Amino acid sequence: MHTSLNKKALLVALVVTLACVVISFYGSRKLQNFDPALIAYLFGTLFALFGGIYRYCVWLQRPPTWMYFRRTWQFVFSGSFFVHLYYLAADSVKNLLFQRFIYPRGKKRWIAHFLLATGCMAAFAITIPLTLGWINFTLDPATALDPGTTRLYYANFFGFQVMSFKLGSVMAFLIFHALTWCSWLVIAGAVFFMVRRMTNAGLIATQTFEGDLLPLILLIIISVTGLGLNYSYAFMKGMAYDFMAVTHAISVILFLVWIPFGKFFHIIQRPAQIGAHIYKKEGMKRGMAVCPHTGQAFATQLHVDDLKTVTQQLGFDFTLENGSSHLDFSPEGKRSLLAKAHLQARQEGGNLFG
Amino acid sequence: MEVTAYKTDMEFFVDMQRCIGCKACEMACAECETNGHQSMIHVNYVERAVSIQTTVQVCMHCDDPVCARVCPADAISKDDFGVVHSANTARCIGCSNCVMACPFGVPIKEEKYDMMMKCNMCYDRTSAGKKPMCATVCPSQALFYGTREEISRMRPNSTPVNTFIFGQQTVTTKVNIMMPKGSTHLKVH
Repeated sequence: MHTSLNKKALLVALVVTLACVVISFYGSRKLQNFDPALIAYLFGTLFALFGGIYRYCVWLQRPPTWMYFRRTWQFVFSGSFFVHLYYLAADSVKNLLFQRFIYPRGKKRWIAHFLLATGCMAAFAITIPLTLGWINFTLDPATALDPGTTRLYYANFFGFQVMSFKLGSVMAFLIFHALTWCSWLVIAGAVFFMVRRMTNAGLIATQTFEGDLLPLILLIIISVTGLGLNYSYAFMKGMAYDFMAVTHAISVILFLVWIPFGKFFHIIQRPAQIGAHIYKKEGMKRGMAVCPHTGQAFATQLHVDDLKTVTQQLGFDFTLENGSSHLDFSPEGKRSLLAKAHLQARQEGGNLFG
Repeated sequence: MEVTAYKTDMEFFVDMQRCIGCKACEMACAECETNGHQSMIHVNYVERAVSIQTTVQVCMHCDDPVCARVCPADAISKDDFGVVHSANTARCIGCSNCVMACPFGVPIKEEKYDMMMKCNMCYDRTSAGKKPMCATVCPSQALFYGTREEISRMRPNSTPVNTFIFGQQTVTTKVNIMMPKGSTHLKVH
Protein backbone atom coordinates (compact mmCIF):
# COMPACT_ATOMS: atom_id res chain seq x y z
CA MET A 1 0.00 0.00 0.00
CA HIS A 2 1.22 3.46 -0.93
CA THR A 3 1.50 5.38 2.32
CA SER A 4 4.01 8.16 1.67
CA LEU A 5 2.86 11.75 1.93
CA ASN A 6 1.79 13.30 -1.36
CA LYS A 7 3.46 16.71 -1.40
CA LYS A 8 1.39 18.26 -4.20
CA ALA A 9 -1.84 17.23 -2.50
CA LEU A 10 -0.58 18.43 0.88
CA LEU A 11 0.30 21.84 -0.55
CA VAL A 12 -3.06 22.33 -2.29
CA ALA A 13 -4.98 21.13 0.79
CA LEU A 14 -3.01 23.46 3.07
CA VAL A 15 -3.53 26.47 0.81
CA VAL A 16 -7.28 25.85 0.46
CA THR A 17 -7.72 25.26 4.20
CA LEU A 18 -5.76 28.42 5.06
CA ALA A 19 -7.79 30.38 2.50
CA CYS A 20 -10.96 29.11 4.17
CA VAL A 21 -9.67 30.20 7.59
CA VAL A 22 -8.84 33.69 6.24
CA ILE A 23 -12.23 34.03 4.49
CA SER A 24 -14.00 32.87 7.63
CA PHE A 25 -12.02 35.25 9.87
CA TYR A 26 -12.93 38.28 7.77
CA GLY A 27 -16.33 36.88 6.71
CA SER A 28 -17.35 36.62 10.34
CA ARG A 29 -16.18 40.23 10.78
CA LYS A 30 -13.07 39.24 12.72
CA LEU A 31 -14.93 36.51 14.61
CA GLN A 32 -17.59 38.96 15.81
CA ASN A 33 -20.30 36.81 14.17
CA PHE A 34 -18.61 33.54 15.00
CA ASP A 35 -20.56 31.33 17.39
CA PRO A 36 -18.10 29.94 20.00
CA ALA A 37 -20.53 27.12 20.81
CA LEU A 38 -19.64 25.68 17.40
CA ILE A 39 -15.87 25.59 17.94
CA ALA A 40 -15.67 21.76 17.88
CA TYR A 41 -17.69 21.70 14.66
CA LEU A 42 -15.35 24.33 13.19
CA PHE A 43 -12.30 22.10 13.65
CA GLY A 44 -14.22 19.12 12.28
CA THR A 45 -15.22 21.12 9.20
CA LEU A 46 -11.68 22.39 8.61
CA PHE A 47 -10.31 18.86 8.91
CA ALA A 48 -12.95 17.57 6.48
CA LEU A 49 -11.97 20.32 4.04
CA PHE A 50 -8.26 19.59 4.39
CA GLY A 51 -8.74 15.80 4.16
CA GLY A 52 -11.24 16.08 1.32
CA ILE A 53 -8.98 18.29 -0.79
CA TYR A 54 -5.95 16.14 0.01
CA ARG A 55 -7.64 12.91 -1.04
CA TYR A 56 -9.18 14.59 -4.09
CA CYS A 57 -5.73 15.71 -5.23
CA VAL A 58 -4.20 12.26 -4.62
CA TRP A 59 -7.13 10.76 -6.53
CA LEU A 60 -6.69 13.19 -9.44
CA GLN A 61 -3.07 12.11 -9.84
CA ARG A 62 -4.08 8.57 -10.82
CA PRO A 63 -3.55 8.29 -14.61
CA PRO A 64 -7.18 7.44 -15.59
CA THR A 65 -8.63 10.11 -13.30
CA TRP A 66 -6.19 12.74 -14.52
CA MET A 67 -7.02 11.87 -18.14
CA TYR A 68 -10.74 12.48 -17.55
CA PHE A 69 -10.12 15.63 -15.50
CA ARG A 70 -7.77 17.10 -18.10
CA ARG A 71 -10.01 16.19 -21.06
CA THR A 72 -13.17 17.53 -19.39
CA TRP A 73 -11.76 21.01 -18.84
CA GLN A 74 -9.99 20.93 -22.21
CA PHE A 75 -13.37 20.32 -23.91
CA VAL A 76 -15.27 22.81 -21.77
CA PHE A 77 -12.83 25.60 -22.57
CA SER A 78 -12.43 24.81 -26.26
CA GLY A 79 -14.80 25.88 -29.02
CA SER A 80 -18.39 26.43 -27.99
CA PHE A 81 -17.76 27.37 -24.36
CA PHE A 82 -21.32 28.46 -23.54
CA VAL A 83 -22.86 25.33 -25.10
CA HIS A 84 -20.62 23.25 -22.86
CA LEU A 85 -21.38 25.42 -19.86
CA TYR A 86 -25.11 24.95 -20.44
CA TYR A 87 -24.64 21.18 -20.76
CA LEU A 88 -22.51 21.16 -17.59
CA ALA A 89 -25.20 23.05 -15.65
CA ALA A 90 -28.11 21.02 -17.04
CA ASP A 91 -26.38 17.69 -16.43
CA SER A 92 -25.41 18.78 -12.89
CA VAL A 93 -29.01 19.62 -12.03
CA LYS A 94 -30.22 16.33 -13.51
CA ASN A 95 -27.59 13.99 -12.11
CA LEU A 96 -26.15 15.73 -9.04
CA LEU A 97 -29.15 17.58 -7.64
CA PHE A 98 -31.77 14.99 -8.68
CA GLN A 99 -29.52 11.91 -9.08
CA ARG A 100 -31.61 10.94 -12.09
CA PHE A 101 -29.27 8.03 -12.96
CA ILE A 102 -30.52 6.13 -9.89
CA TYR A 103 -34.15 6.16 -11.09
CA PRO A 104 -33.73 3.27 -13.60
CA ARG A 105 -31.99 1.23 -10.90
CA GLY A 106 -35.19 1.36 -8.83
CA LYS A 107 -37.94 3.91 -8.26
CA LYS A 108 -37.97 3.47 -4.48
CA ARG A 109 -34.17 3.53 -4.41
CA TRP A 110 -34.22 6.83 -6.24
CA ILE A 111 -36.81 8.38 -3.93
CA ALA A 112 -34.85 7.22 -0.87
CA HIS A 113 -31.54 8.45 -2.26
CA PHE A 114 -33.09 11.75 -3.30
CA LEU A 115 -34.46 12.31 0.22
CA LEU A 116 -31.16 11.31 1.82
CA ALA A 117 -29.04 13.41 -0.54
CA THR A 118 -31.34 16.44 -0.39
CA GLY A 119 -31.39 16.29 3.42
CA CYS A 120 -27.60 16.03 3.56
CA MET A 121 -26.89 18.72 0.98
CA ALA A 122 -29.38 21.17 2.50
CA ALA A 123 -27.91 20.49 5.95
CA PHE A 124 -24.40 21.13 4.57
CA ALA A 125 -25.57 24.37 2.98
CA ILE A 126 -26.94 25.56 6.33
CA THR A 127 -24.48 24.25 8.88
CA ILE A 128 -21.16 24.84 7.13
CA PRO A 129 -21.68 28.61 6.61
CA LEU A 130 -23.10 28.85 10.17
CA THR A 131 -20.09 27.02 11.63
CA LEU A 132 -17.61 29.17 9.71
CA GLY A 133 -19.42 32.33 10.82
CA TRP A 134 -20.41 33.28 7.26
CA ILE A 135 -24.08 33.42 8.17
CA ASN A 136 -25.54 34.89 11.33
CA PHE A 137 -28.90 36.18 12.53
CA THR A 138 -29.51 39.49 14.29
CA LEU A 139 -32.54 41.06 15.88
CA ASP A 140 -33.59 44.44 14.52
CA PRO A 141 -32.74 46.89 17.35
CA ALA A 142 -35.70 49.20 16.63
CA THR A 143 -38.44 46.55 16.77
CA ALA A 144 -36.68 44.66 19.57
CA LEU A 145 -37.22 47.52 22.05
CA ASP A 146 -40.81 48.27 21.03
CA PRO A 147 -43.20 45.87 22.80
CA GLY A 148 -46.05 46.93 20.52
CA THR A 149 -44.55 45.66 17.25
CA THR A 150 -43.58 42.24 15.93
CA ARG A 151 -39.88 41.80 16.22
CA LEU A 152 -37.90 41.71 13.01
CA TYR A 153 -35.07 39.28 12.42
CA TYR A 154 -32.22 39.70 9.93
CA ALA A 155 -30.22 37.01 8.20
CA ASN A 156 -26.71 38.20 7.31
CA PHE A 157 -24.21 36.69 4.91
CA PHE A 158 -20.56 37.71 5.46
CA GLY A 159 -22.00 40.42 7.69
CA PHE A 160 -24.20 41.85 4.91
CA GLN A 161 -27.93 41.77 5.46
CA VAL A 162 -29.56 39.50 2.86
CA MET A 163 -33.09 39.00 4.16
CA SER A 164 -35.44 39.84 7.00
CA PHE A 165 -38.45 38.10 8.46
CA LYS A 166 -40.85 38.61 11.32
CA LEU A 167 -40.53 36.49 14.43
CA GLY A 168 -43.47 34.13 14.80
CA SER A 169 -44.16 34.15 11.04
CA VAL A 170 -44.40 31.04 8.87
CA MET A 171 -41.08 32.03 7.27
CA ALA A 172 -39.43 32.18 10.71
CA PHE A 173 -40.84 28.77 11.59
CA LEU A 174 -39.53 27.24 8.35
CA ILE A 175 -36.08 28.84 8.66
CA PHE A 176 -35.52 28.12 12.35
CA HIS A 177 -36.52 24.49 11.82
CA ALA A 178 -34.67 23.99 8.54
CA LEU A 179 -32.40 21.35 10.05
CA THR A 180 -35.44 19.53 11.45
CA TRP A 181 -36.82 19.14 7.93
CA CYS A 182 -33.39 17.95 6.75
CA SER A 183 -33.26 15.38 9.58
CA TRP A 184 -36.59 13.86 8.59
CA LEU A 185 -35.49 13.58 4.95
CA VAL A 186 -32.23 11.89 5.98
CA ILE A 187 -33.97 9.51 8.41
CA ALA A 188 -36.52 8.45 5.77
CA GLY A 189 -33.83 7.78 3.18
CA ALA A 190 -31.34 6.12 5.53
CA VAL A 191 -33.95 3.81 7.06
CA PHE A 192 -35.02 2.67 3.57
CA PHE A 193 -31.42 1.84 2.66
CA MET A 194 -30.83 0.17 6.02
CA VAL A 195 -33.81 -2.14 5.44
CA ARG A 196 -32.62 -2.81 1.89
CA ARG A 197 -29.13 -3.70 3.08
CA MET A 198 -30.53 -6.09 5.68
CA THR A 199 -32.91 -7.89 3.30
CA ASN A 200 -31.27 -7.91 -0.17
CA ALA A 201 -29.30 -11.15 -0.51
CA GLY A 202 -26.88 -9.69 -3.06
CA LEU A 203 -26.03 -6.76 -0.81
CA ILE A 204 -25.69 -8.97 2.27
CA ALA A 205 -23.08 -11.02 0.39
CA THR A 206 -20.94 -8.09 -0.72
CA GLN A 207 -21.39 -5.27 1.81
CA THR A 208 -19.07 -4.46 4.69
CA PHE A 209 -20.02 -3.03 8.06
CA GLU A 210 -17.68 -0.04 7.95
CA GLY A 211 -18.14 0.61 4.24
CA ASP A 212 -21.91 0.36 3.92
CA LEU A 213 -23.78 0.02 7.21
CA LEU A 214 -21.82 2.33 9.50
CA PRO A 215 -22.37 5.39 7.24
CA LEU A 216 -26.14 4.82 7.43
CA ILE A 217 -26.04 4.26 11.20
CA LEU A 218 -24.01 7.45 11.61
CA LEU A 219 -26.48 9.47 9.50
CA ILE A 220 -29.39 8.12 11.54
CA ILE A 221 -27.64 8.96 14.86
CA ILE A 222 -26.87 12.48 13.62
CA SER A 223 -30.44 13.07 12.49
CA VAL A 224 -32.15 11.55 15.53
CA THR A 225 -29.99 13.45 18.04
CA GLY A 226 -30.38 16.59 15.93
CA LEU A 227 -34.15 16.24 16.10
CA GLY A 228 -33.78 15.46 19.81
CA LEU A 229 -32.11 18.83 20.39
CA ASN A 230 -35.17 20.59 19.04
CA TYR A 231 -37.81 18.29 20.53
CA SER A 232 -36.08 18.24 23.92
CA TYR A 233 -36.80 21.91 24.55
CA ALA A 234 -39.96 22.10 22.46
CA PHE A 235 -41.83 19.14 23.95
CA MET A 236 -39.75 17.56 26.72
CA LYS A 237 -38.96 20.50 28.99
CA GLY A 238 -35.26 20.24 28.12
CA MET A 239 -34.96 16.64 29.21
CA ALA A 240 -31.82 14.82 27.97
CA TYR A 241 -30.66 17.94 26.15
CA ASP A 242 -27.03 17.58 27.24
CA PHE A 243 -26.95 13.96 26.15
CA MET A 244 -28.41 14.91 22.75
CA ALA A 245 -25.97 17.80 22.34
CA VAL A 246 -22.89 15.71 23.15
CA THR A 247 -23.95 12.68 21.07
CA HIS A 248 -24.86 14.95 18.17
CA ALA A 249 -21.52 16.74 18.30
CA ILE A 250 -19.52 13.50 18.50
CA SER A 251 -21.42 11.84 15.63
CA VAL A 252 -21.25 14.93 13.41
CA ILE A 253 -17.52 15.36 14.00
CA LEU A 254 -16.94 11.66 13.27
CA PHE A 255 -18.94 12.12 10.06
CA LEU A 256 -16.90 15.18 9.04
CA VAL A 257 -13.56 13.57 9.79
CA TRP A 258 -14.63 10.47 7.87
CA ILE A 259 -15.80 12.25 4.68
CA PRO A 260 -12.40 12.07 2.95
CA PHE A 261 -11.85 8.38 3.67
CA GLY A 262 -15.07 6.43 3.62
CA LYS A 263 -18.29 6.04 1.69
CA PHE A 264 -19.12 9.75 1.93
CA PHE A 265 -16.27 10.53 -0.46
CA HIS A 266 -18.61 9.49 -3.28
CA ILE A 267 -20.37 12.83 -2.76
CA ILE A 268 -17.14 14.56 -3.78
CA GLN A 269 -16.37 12.06 -6.57
CA ARG A 270 -19.77 12.12 -8.25
CA PRO A 271 -19.26 15.26 -10.40
CA ALA A 272 -16.72 13.20 -12.38
CA GLN A 273 -19.75 11.56 -13.98
CA ILE A 274 -20.57 14.87 -15.69
CA GLY A 275 -17.00 14.90 -17.03
CA ALA A 276 -17.44 11.37 -18.40
CA HIS A 277 -20.62 12.50 -20.20
CA ILE A 278 -18.87 15.48 -21.82
CA TYR A 279 -15.98 13.20 -22.78
CA LYS A 280 -18.30 10.78 -24.54
CA LYS A 281 -20.29 13.56 -26.24
CA GLU A 282 -17.16 15.25 -27.57
CA GLY A 283 -15.62 11.91 -28.55
CA MET A 284 -18.66 11.03 -30.66
CA LYS A 285 -18.25 14.28 -32.58
CA ARG A 286 -14.65 13.32 -33.33
CA GLY A 287 -15.49 9.84 -34.64
CA MET A 288 -16.07 6.26 -33.61
CA ALA A 289 -13.66 3.35 -33.46
CA VAL A 290 -14.59 0.30 -35.58
CA CYS A 291 -13.73 -3.18 -34.35
CA PRO A 292 -11.54 -5.08 -36.86
CA HIS A 293 -13.35 -8.31 -35.91
CA THR A 294 -17.03 -7.34 -35.85
CA GLY A 295 -16.70 -4.44 -38.29
CA GLN A 296 -18.93 -2.32 -36.08
CA ALA A 297 -18.43 0.93 -34.20
CA PHE A 298 -18.15 0.20 -30.46
CA ALA A 299 -16.57 3.23 -28.73
CA THR A 300 -15.19 6.65 -29.54
CA GLN A 301 -11.76 6.64 -31.16
CA LEU A 302 -10.72 9.23 -28.57
CA HIS A 303 -11.55 6.77 -25.78
CA VAL A 304 -9.62 3.91 -27.40
CA ASP A 305 -6.57 6.12 -28.01
CA ASP A 306 -6.65 7.61 -24.51
CA LEU A 307 -6.94 4.15 -22.98
CA LYS A 308 -3.82 3.05 -24.84
CA THR A 309 -1.98 5.95 -23.17
CA VAL A 310 -3.49 5.29 -19.74
CA THR A 311 -2.75 1.54 -19.81
CA GLN A 312 0.85 2.30 -20.82
CA GLN A 313 1.14 4.75 -17.92
CA LEU A 314 -0.14 2.02 -15.60
CA GLY A 315 2.44 -0.48 -16.86
CA PHE A 316 0.31 -2.49 -19.30
CA ASP A 317 1.28 -2.92 -22.94
CA PHE A 318 -1.30 -4.43 -25.28
CA THR A 319 0.66 -3.56 -28.43
CA LEU A 320 0.55 -6.37 -31.01
CA GLU A 321 3.32 -7.55 -33.30
CA ASN A 322 1.80 -5.71 -36.28
CA GLY A 323 1.88 -2.41 -34.40
CA SER A 324 -1.85 -2.29 -33.69
CA SER A 325 -3.28 -2.96 -30.22
CA HIS A 326 -5.49 -5.53 -28.53
CA LEU A 327 -7.44 -2.48 -27.33
CA ASP A 328 -8.48 -1.76 -30.95
CA PHE A 329 -10.91 -4.67 -30.66
CA SER A 330 -14.42 -4.37 -29.24
CA PRO A 331 -15.39 -6.47 -26.19
CA GLU A 332 -17.17 -8.96 -28.49
CA GLY A 333 -14.16 -9.00 -30.81
CA LYS A 334 -11.86 -9.78 -27.88
CA ARG A 335 -14.05 -12.67 -26.75
CA SER A 336 -14.11 -14.11 -30.27
CA LEU A 337 -10.34 -13.74 -30.63
CA LEU A 338 -9.85 -15.69 -27.43
CA ALA A 339 -12.19 -18.46 -28.66
CA LYS A 340 -10.41 -18.59 -32.03
CA ALA A 341 -6.99 -18.80 -30.39
CA HIS A 342 -8.33 -21.54 -28.14
CA LEU A 343 -9.74 -23.46 -31.13
CA GLN A 344 -6.39 -23.18 -32.92
CA ALA A 345 -4.54 -24.46 -29.85
CA ARG A 346 -6.99 -27.37 -29.58
CA GLN A 347 -6.59 -28.18 -33.31
CA GLU A 348 -2.80 -28.08 -32.99
CA GLY A 349 -3.13 -30.39 -29.99
CA GLY A 350 -4.88 -32.88 -32.28
CA ASN A 351 -8.15 -33.09 -30.37
CA LEU A 352 -11.00 -30.60 -30.01
CA PHE A 353 -11.79 -31.87 -26.52
CA GLY A 354 -9.62 -33.53 -23.97
CA MET B 1 -17.85 -9.93 2.96
CA GLU B 2 -16.20 -10.33 6.35
CA VAL B 3 -17.47 -13.75 7.36
CA THR B 4 -17.49 -16.18 4.47
CA ALA B 5 -17.38 -19.89 3.72
CA TYR B 6 -15.47 -19.37 0.47
CA LYS B 7 -13.78 -22.61 -0.57
CA THR B 8 -10.25 -21.83 -1.69
CA ASP B 9 -9.68 -25.31 -3.14
CA MET B 10 -12.50 -24.79 -5.66
CA GLU B 11 -11.58 -23.26 -9.02
CA PHE B 12 -13.26 -22.28 -12.24
CA PHE B 13 -12.36 -24.19 -15.43
CA VAL B 14 -13.62 -22.99 -18.82
CA ASP B 15 -13.48 -24.89 -22.11
CA MET B 16 -15.13 -22.82 -24.82
CA GLN B 17 -14.84 -25.60 -27.43
CA ARG B 18 -17.42 -27.47 -25.38
CA CYS B 19 -19.88 -24.55 -25.53
CA ILE B 20 -22.99 -25.59 -27.47
CA GLY B 21 -24.64 -22.16 -27.30
CA CYS B 22 -27.67 -23.38 -25.32
CA LYS B 23 -27.59 -20.25 -23.15
CA ALA B 24 -28.63 -22.14 -20.02
CA CYS B 25 -25.83 -20.23 -18.27
CA GLU B 26 -27.42 -16.93 -19.30
CA MET B 27 -30.67 -17.92 -17.64
CA ALA B 28 -28.84 -19.21 -14.56
CA CYS B 29 -26.69 -16.08 -14.35
CA ALA B 30 -29.84 -14.00 -14.02
CA GLU B 31 -30.55 -15.88 -10.79
CA CYS B 32 -27.47 -14.36 -9.19
CA GLU B 33 -28.43 -12.01 -6.36
CA THR B 34 -25.28 -9.93 -6.63
CA ASN B 35 -26.13 -8.99 -10.24
CA GLY B 36 -29.57 -7.81 -9.22
CA HIS B 37 -31.02 -10.67 -11.29
CA GLN B 38 -29.42 -9.48 -14.48
CA SER B 39 -27.47 -11.88 -16.69
CA MET B 40 -23.80 -10.96 -16.96
CA ILE B 41 -22.34 -13.98 -18.77
CA HIS B 42 -21.45 -13.65 -22.45
CA VAL B 43 -22.42 -16.25 -25.06
CA ASN B 44 -21.74 -15.17 -28.61
CA TYR B 45 -21.04 -16.63 -32.03
CA VAL B 46 -17.36 -16.52 -32.89
CA GLU B 47 -17.72 -15.99 -36.65
CA ARG B 48 -21.35 -16.44 -37.56
CA ALA B 49 -20.74 -16.25 -41.32
CA VAL B 50 -18.55 -19.34 -41.42
CA SER B 51 -19.23 -21.27 -38.22
CA ILE B 52 -21.89 -22.10 -35.66
CA GLN B 53 -19.23 -22.12 -32.94
CA THR B 54 -20.26 -20.17 -29.88
CA THR B 55 -18.02 -18.98 -27.09
CA VAL B 56 -18.77 -18.45 -23.44
CA GLN B 57 -17.04 -15.87 -21.28
CA VAL B 58 -17.12 -15.34 -17.55
CA CYS B 59 -14.95 -12.82 -15.73
CA MET B 60 -11.45 -14.30 -15.60
CA HIS B 61 -10.64 -12.50 -12.30
CA CYS B 62 -7.15 -11.30 -13.28
CA ASP B 63 -4.35 -11.29 -10.70
CA ASP B 64 -3.63 -7.67 -11.65
CA PRO B 65 -7.05 -6.57 -12.96
CA VAL B 66 -6.72 -3.99 -15.76
CA CYS B 67 -10.37 -2.99 -15.23
CA ALA B 68 -9.67 -1.91 -11.64
CA ARG B 69 -6.44 -0.14 -12.58
CA VAL B 70 -8.03 1.94 -15.38
CA CYS B 71 -11.08 2.83 -13.26
CA PRO B 72 -10.93 6.59 -12.61
CA ALA B 73 -13.31 6.28 -9.66
CA ASP B 74 -11.67 3.42 -7.69
CA ALA B 75 -14.95 1.54 -8.07
CA ILE B 76 -13.58 -1.95 -8.78
CA SER B 77 -11.84 -3.97 -6.08
CA LYS B 78 -10.24 -7.37 -5.72
CA ASP B 79 -10.78 -9.24 -2.47
CA ASP B 80 -8.52 -11.59 -0.48
CA PHE B 81 -9.81 -14.61 -2.42
CA GLY B 82 -8.81 -13.00 -5.74
CA VAL B 83 -12.41 -12.28 -6.76
CA VAL B 84 -12.64 -9.04 -8.73
CA HIS B 85 -15.91 -7.43 -7.72
CA SER B 86 -18.41 -5.58 -9.86
CA ALA B 87 -18.39 -1.78 -9.69
CA ASN B 88 -19.26 -0.12 -6.41
CA THR B 89 -22.62 1.48 -7.26
CA ALA B 90 -21.88 4.64 -5.28
CA ARG B 91 -18.55 5.24 -6.99
CA CYS B 92 -18.93 4.06 -10.60
CA ILE B 93 -19.31 7.04 -12.94
CA GLY B 94 -20.18 4.93 -15.98
CA CYS B 95 -17.17 6.00 -18.05
CA SER B 96 -16.64 2.53 -19.66
CA ASN B 97 -12.86 2.53 -19.19
CA CYS B 98 -13.09 -1.00 -17.74
CA VAL B 99 -15.36 -2.19 -20.58
CA MET B 100 -12.85 -1.09 -23.21
CA ALA B 101 -9.67 -2.07 -21.35
CA CYS B 102 -10.60 -5.60 -20.20
CA PRO B 103 -8.54 -7.94 -22.44
CA PHE B 104 -11.30 -10.57 -22.24
CA GLY B 105 -14.21 -8.23 -23.09
CA VAL B 106 -16.09 -8.95 -19.87
CA PRO B 107 -17.52 -5.82 -18.16
CA ILE B 108 -20.85 -4.50 -19.44
CA LYS B 109 -21.84 -0.85 -19.41
CA GLU B 110 -25.50 -0.70 -18.48
CA GLU B 111 -26.46 2.52 -20.25
CA LYS B 112 -29.78 2.79 -18.43
CA TYR B 113 -28.08 2.71 -15.03
CA ASP B 114 -25.04 4.73 -16.23
CA MET B 115 -22.97 2.08 -14.49
CA MET B 116 -20.72 -0.89 -15.20
CA MET B 117 -21.75 -4.39 -14.16
CA LYS B 118 -19.87 -7.64 -14.43
CA CYS B 119 -19.61 -11.24 -13.25
CA ASN B 120 -18.31 -11.53 -9.70
CA MET B 121 -18.32 -15.31 -9.70
CA CYS B 122 -21.74 -15.38 -7.99
CA TYR B 123 -20.22 -14.03 -4.81
CA ASP B 124 -23.48 -14.58 -2.93
CA ARG B 125 -23.07 -18.30 -3.66
CA THR B 126 -19.27 -18.81 -3.73
CA SER B 127 -18.88 -16.92 -0.44
CA ALA B 128 -21.31 -19.46 1.03
CA GLY B 129 -19.32 -22.41 -0.33
CA LYS B 130 -21.62 -23.02 -3.32
CA LYS B 131 -20.84 -23.17 -7.05
CA PRO B 132 -21.54 -20.25 -9.40
CA MET B 133 -24.95 -20.54 -11.06
CA CYS B 134 -23.61 -20.91 -14.63
CA ALA B 135 -21.35 -23.83 -13.70
CA THR B 136 -24.23 -25.68 -12.04
CA VAL B 137 -26.35 -25.70 -15.21
CA CYS B 138 -23.84 -26.05 -18.07
CA PRO B 139 -24.83 -29.32 -19.77
CA SER B 140 -21.57 -29.76 -21.70
CA GLN B 141 -19.22 -28.71 -18.88
CA ALA B 142 -17.81 -25.86 -20.88
CA LEU B 143 -18.11 -24.18 -17.49
CA PHE B 144 -16.91 -26.27 -14.57
CA TYR B 145 -16.37 -25.30 -10.94
CA GLY B 146 -14.61 -27.76 -8.69
CA THR B 147 -11.24 -28.93 -7.43
CA ARG B 148 -8.07 -29.53 -9.48
CA GLU B 149 -8.32 -33.25 -8.66
CA GLU B 150 -11.82 -33.43 -10.09
CA ILE B 151 -10.90 -31.72 -13.35
CA SER B 152 -7.73 -33.78 -13.87
CA ARG B 153 -9.77 -36.95 -13.37
CA MET B 154 -12.45 -35.77 -15.83
CA ARG B 155 -10.05 -34.34 -18.44
CA PRO B 156 -6.87 -36.43 -18.36
CA ASN B 157 -5.74 -35.09 -21.74
CA SER B 158 -6.07 -31.39 -20.84
CA THR B 159 -4.18 -28.94 -18.69
CA PRO B 160 -5.72 -25.92 -16.95
CA VAL B 161 -3.96 -22.75 -18.12
CA ASN B 162 -4.27 -19.30 -16.57
CA THR B 163 -1.64 -17.36 -18.53
CA PHE B 164 -2.71 -15.36 -21.57
CA ILE B 165 -0.57 -13.39 -23.99
CA PHE B 166 -2.02 -10.34 -25.72
CA GLY B 167 0.82 -8.93 -27.84
CA GLN B 168 3.39 -7.55 -25.40
CA GLN B 169 1.18 -8.13 -22.38
CA THR B 170 0.99 -11.31 -20.30
CA VAL B 171 -2.11 -11.60 -18.11
CA THR B 172 -2.54 -14.21 -15.38
CA THR B 173 -5.97 -15.03 -14.02
CA LYS B 174 -7.79 -16.84 -11.23
CA VAL B 175 -10.06 -18.61 -13.74
CA ASN B 176 -8.49 -21.38 -15.87
CA ILE B 177 -8.99 -22.39 -19.49
CA MET B 178 -8.69 -26.06 -20.43
CA MET B 179 -5.92 -26.49 -23.02
CA PRO B 180 -4.16 -29.46 -24.67
CA LYS B 181 -2.05 -31.40 -22.17
CA GLY B 182 1.29 -29.76 -21.45
CA SER B 183 0.23 -26.24 -22.50
CA THR B 184 1.55 -23.40 -20.37
CA HIS B 185 -0.18 -20.41 -21.91
CA LEU B 186 -2.61 -19.23 -24.57
CA LYS B 187 -1.32 -16.75 -27.13
CA VAL B 188 -4.32 -14.80 -28.35
CA HIS B 189 -2.95 -13.01 -31.42
